[in-house]
Amino acid sequence: MNEAHDVIIIGAGSVGVPAALALAREGVDVLVLDSAASPGQGAHKAAIGGVRATHSDPAKIRLCLRSLEIFHTWEAIWGHNIEWTQGGYSFVAYGEEQRKILQALLKIQHRYGLKIEWVERDALLDIIPDLNPEGLLGGTYSPDDGHCSTLLAGHAFYREAARAGATFHFGETVGGVTVERGCVTGVTTQRQSYSAPVIINAAGAQARQIDRCVAAASSISFDHPVSSESHEAGITEPVHYFLRPLIVDIRPQPGSSNCYFFQLASGQVIFCLTPDPPVPGFDCRETSSFLPLVARRMIDLVPKLTNLRVRRTWRGLYPMTPDGAPLVGWAGSIGGYLVAIGMCGQGFMLGPGLGELLARMVTQSSLSAEDQEILAHLAPDRQFRRQEALK
Amino acid sequence: MAPYRIESHPILPTRSLDTVSFSWRNRPFTARPGEMIASALFAHGIRTFGHHPRDGTPQGLFCANGQCAQCLVLADGKPVKACMTPVTRGLDVFPLEGLPTLPDVIRPPARGRIETVRTPVLILGGGPAGLSAAIEIGQQGIAAILVDDKDQLGGKLILQTHRFFGSAEAVYAGTRGIDISMKLAAQVDARSEITVWLDSTAVGVFSDRKVGILRRSPAHREGAYVLVEPEVLVVATGARERSLIFPGNTLPGVYGAGAFQTLVNRDLVRAAEKLFIVGGGNVGLITGYHALQAGIAVVGLVEALPECGGYKVHADKLRRLGVPLHKSHTVLSANGREKVTSITIVGVDAARKPLPGTARTFQCDTILMAVGLHPVNEFTAEARSADMTVFDAGDAQSIAEASAAMFTGKIAGRQAARALGADVEVPASWYAAVEVLKSRPGAILARDPPHRNRGVFPVFHCTQEIPCNPCTAACPRQLIRFPDNDLRHLPIFLGEPGGTDCTGCERCVTLCPGLAITLVDARSNPEEPVIAIPYELAAGTIVAGDLVTVVDIEGRVLAEAPVREVSVALHADHTGIVRVGVPKAMAKQVAGVRMPTASVERPTYETVQPLGDDAIVCRCERVNASEIRSHIRAGCRDVNELKTLARVEMGACGGKTCAPLINEIFREEGISPEEVTPSTHRGLFIEVPFDAFAGTGKLEETH
Repeated sequence: MNEAHDVIIIGAGSVGVPAALALAREGVDVLVLDSAASPGQGAHKAAIGGVRATHSDPAKIRLCLRSLEIFHTWEAIWGHNIEWTQGGYSFVAYGEEQRKILQALLKIQHRYGLKIEWVERDALLDIIPDLNPEGLLGGTYSPDDGHCSTLLAGHAFYREAARAGATFHFGETVGGVTVERGCVTGVTTQRQSYSAPVIINAAGAQARQIDRCVAAASSISFDHPVSSESHEAGITEPVHYFLRPLIVDIRPQPGSSNCYFFQLASGQVIFCLTPDPPVPGFDCRETSSFLPLVARRMIDLVPKLTNLRVRRTWRGLYPMTPDGAPLVGWAGSIGGYLVAIGMCGQGFMLGPGLGELLARMVTQSSLSAEDQEILAHLAPDRQFRRQEALK
Repeated sequence: MAPYRIESHPILPTRSLDTVSFSWRNRPFTARPGEMIASALFAHGIRTFGHHPRDGTPQGLFCANGQCAQCLVLADGKPVKACMTPVTRGLDVFPLEGLPTLPDVIRPPARGRIETVRTPVLILGGGPAGLSAAIEIGQQGIAAILVDDKDQLGGKLILQTHRFFGSAEAVYAGTRGIDISMKLAAQVDARSEITVWLDSTAVGVFSDRKVGILRRSPAHREGAYVLVEPEVLVVATGARERSLIFPGNTLPGVYGAGAFQTLVNRDLVRAAEKLFIVGGGNVGLITGYHALQAGIAVVGLVEALPECGGYKVHADKLRRLGVPLHKSHTVLSANGREKVTSITIVGVDAARKPLPGTARTFQCDTILMAVGLHPVNEFTAEARSADMTVFDAGDAQSIAEASAAMFTGKIAGRQAARALGADVEVPASWYAAVEVLKSRPGAILARDPPHRNRGVFPVFHCTQEIPCNPCTAACPRQLIRFPDNDLRHLPIFLGEPGGTDCTGCERCVTLCPGLAITLVDARSNPEEPVIAIPYELAAGTIVAGDLVTVVDIEGRVLAEAPVREVSVALHADHTGIVRVGVPKAMAKQVAGVRMPTASVERPTYETVQPLGDDAIVCRCERVNASEIRSHIRAGCRDVNELKTLARVEMGACGGKTCAPLINEIFREEGISPEEVTPSTHRGLFIEVPFDAFAGTGKLEETH
């Protein structure tokens, strides 16, 4: 007999684990399946750990506002240190073009009540004394945003989800989804079969593989436009704390369109850049071009980083969508198939807020107007006309 | 004047008296020109270099090889590895207490382009394997770049003052490691095809088939970052030392044999006064002998097995000099507050479990870890994952003697040449030679002494079959042979009184790497023959007319005997001969003389309560064994998850030391290796500052 659950989540990553926690806390019998040997071993651990609500897409703003609240109160409620630091984000401007982009964005962000302001050069240098003053015009500063350790946070969510009753099976790869009478009924892995009336696809960069399983079982073709891109990141040795906000530099440069980094509370600086042109695919091996690109950007922004030593680098996958916003919702033509995919590299910050929304979608017969507005924005079958201003 | 310098050495030439002044905690210190900070500090008796940011425990030199980060100090305000950073005039050095503070930098430094260098072959490592590979590649007329992170070629050969085993014709057996390194380096230097980059560290092999190299020079220690794009990669990066889990294992004064040899034999620093050795393999035994040659007392050696795993001739050298070998014993704890002051050892049963009531504590200031080696094979793995053409050699391929490394290096060199289209074969005999040179020591055989009593003749005291033949090459009359001509057998002497016979030239005595041949000369006095004994300790410790204790091959005392003569022949390369007169009854047993200064350290029998209650596994993050065990017992089977939970392998060294120990803990917990998901390897090999990647190095000046 199949092992039966109320909900099966495919993927124990940034989305799947918080969703499991939210569902288990509602008393839902949830099973999480992941092909890796432990939680968060896919794109989750490759994320650097920035959390901000200061987006331009209203759905992302709302989800991340809730995520911020969850991260901010995590240690007080659950007792785990996740190195949460409400150090704010600062998008810095060294050119008129960046100033215009950032200031234009402020209007949208203020409309959603976000605490973010334009800070002129000298005031910004008070906030970030080690910022290179040469050519600096100013920047945005959003003090409510922050960052934490993705490793610690991911594992803390996992432990609490397990404690709340969620079941996790690792080392199991979903090879098939069963569909009966237009509704999903379960999944099979290389080890065994499971049944559940609800399946949540939270498989990150592998989301389309699950889509294909569903399509194969139902002869209804799916085309959730999620495509994977490779991004590299790295971390340094720890040094005395000196850098509070997460710094984002959106100046395009040959080879990269932006660069961002912050200092963890424990002293290590963690950094990332967005390659330009993008690197499509699933390759997670490091390249020789990343460190030279990111190093010159970083010491240009914060000259003090010159003598800081890089400890490790890695490469993770961004599941991208055409408009830079996730795909979240019930797949229209198949009953019980809920997708939460295409996080565009922001799964870590979206995850906690999104996990609660997914739980409400499963357990509540009617959703709030705000939830419905979010889901309208993130509808998997939407027309991709918009474009997120700052991905 | 630095008080802990070796002023005279039986093998090594002493250095010039030039000094460079620098400061330690604002006190004036001196260093030898070009000397690393760590060695200069040791020469002044400084063993504690700072305190760990996590728990405030003292730390100091550990690997002396640039691989870990236990020896961090602040030099002119920047955290640097003391073992890899040379002293420069006026350098201000301070201990690193906790986390460093980054020095202020007002303007970003000028950035340059990162150069990409294309080459047919890139060889990582200039030790016996890398040099041998380079010679083969050069002989085929193929250009190669050879990269080594030290300031001279030779790898660990430059630390080996003893004569090597193996085959005299093929791998310079009978020659000292330091001299082999010079011979190999000279052949590489003579080849225009080979470009050598010293002081340069490979920091990563990337998926786009480029190898990142941090190229330094004595003048530019920060170095320039260069990408090398080879058609073929040869990995000859050697080995790293295993560690052990015991309380006190992070105390300054607990370090590897390689570190000790570096301090003593490369830098002529008297690194210890009283040394205790953990591990009875060749490395531990040889290093003990090196210590005695440097005038350092060896208090004892523990070996967990009932017999030492190293060559018997190496163990016997220590026994003859009076070093107690505690077999079926292990280390229980290193004791001390700021540095090692004693070691507690304990007897173990066949399952290596401590036996109650057998703990003993010995005073010592240094505990030398010689418990095995692991291949440095991550470059090979990265290169394979990047689909590069890669060949490995030496210890990077599998752990064996340097003689085997020379052969696997030659093979890798030929393979690289073939991969580039050269019309050469790898002779099948080379592979066979590797197998011979890698062969484990055989059983210890009973052996009768020679039956003769007349004339002059050699006595072979070696009783264990090991691959070694310098004695056959030494005899000018070719009177020393192996049964079946197989150098793994024990040598036999073919001389006949009245026929072709020994001339008493003593070459076999001085050339035997095991110091296991004596010459009995009964020509002038058959009742009290003169025994020629090889002797490699400091000149003047024994002189003619002394009454010395003569011992048999394993150090059992035979008698007091008068020294007739002490000499060092020109051809003998520092191996002296002590001639003693002994009664003929014991003439064939005498194999050594005890050091006149030898004293045996008396243990105390109380167990010293070690600092802290648990043993550290991950030194970088100070993670102890019980924390790791508790995660494993809670179900953790993924080392990646363990990294999250306990921060193991997340520190400066990237798991170089703790990864094998963690595997051992899984085994001890009854978890089979198949159940454990290994950790994902992360570049970089060592920590490298941002400015190097930003191209701020002055490459022109490093050419």
